Amino acid sequence: MIGLQHYLTLSAMLFVLSIAGIIINRRNLILLLMCIELMLLAVNFNFIAFSRYLGDTLGQVFVFFILTVAAAEAAIGLAILVVLFRNRRSINVQELNTMKG
Amino acid sequence: MLFQSILFYVFSAVLLGAALGVVFARNMVHSVMFLVLTFFQSAMLWLLIEAEFLAIVLVLVYVGAVMVLFLFVIMMLEVNVEAVKRSLVRYAPLAAVISIIMAVQLVQLIWVRGAEAGASFAFAPTPEGYDNTKALGAVLYKEHVYAFEIAAVILLLAIVAAITLTMRRRPGLKVQDISKQVSVRAKDRIRVVKMDSEKRS
Repeated sequence: MIGLQHYLTLSAMLFVLSIAGIIINRRNLILLLMCIELMLLAVNFNFIAFSRYLGDTLGQVFVFFILTVAAAEAAIGLAILVVLFRNRRSINVQELNTMKG
Repeated sequence: MLFQSILFYVFSAVLLGAALGVVFARNMVHSVMFLVLTFFQSAMLWLLIEAEFLAIVLVLVYVGAVMVLFLFVIMMLEVNVEAVKRSLVRYAPLAAVISIIMAVQLVQLIWVRGAEAGASFAFAPTPEGYDNTKALGAVLYKEHVYAFEIAAVILLLAIVAAITLTMRRRPGLKVQDISKQVSVRAKDRIRVVKMDSEKRS
């Protein structure tokens, strides 16, 4: 019987996996953005599972807003990425140290 | 019930496998494809616990729009993947240690606390005639309409920001400046010069 715990476990595994992805792909800005999307997905899993468990629709409203903000974030992040690539010819995070004192 | 459990385990296995693919794929286009699969499996899992509206929104908005945006950007920039490969080897042990510690603690807490509480964590069956989309719409448009408007403004902000960031003006380009064209006056263009007539030499 699938219950709340199964969904929470799945979401925890997804979250941990995306953190590992952020550490491993520290140089590639696009992969960092994708790992952030995965992380937000894990959070959404928690919200939906609890919303279903408590029988409260408010959790799903929250997921709706998280999806909106995540879409805006992805669009602006990719726009910044394009500008960055145009100026530096690279998306390596380690090379972005021009503001270092 | 048993069939639903089997479906849950199959979907979760594919979901976690696809998430691993996102993190470890060599090619970035493959990563995006795995991310599409991840979102799709999540939508299936959300359908399984009767969050139908959000599942469809996830497929339409994420798979349909955001992932295509990612693909566009990746195919537009030709990035060499050598740097990614090098960093993979160096940080893999650290990532493995941190993620294993976090996973063990989280899973342990969820199951231990669940067993301690002793309550049933199964999902209660939804009431007769429950409509997920209708319920969500009622809450969204009645109680949280102000937040909904703010979400719309945030999307507008994203459009404006993305366009202004990526629009560039090349210096040597010959384009019309409409406001200059409209505001021009005849006396700026023609200069009447008064001078005496020259003698024929």
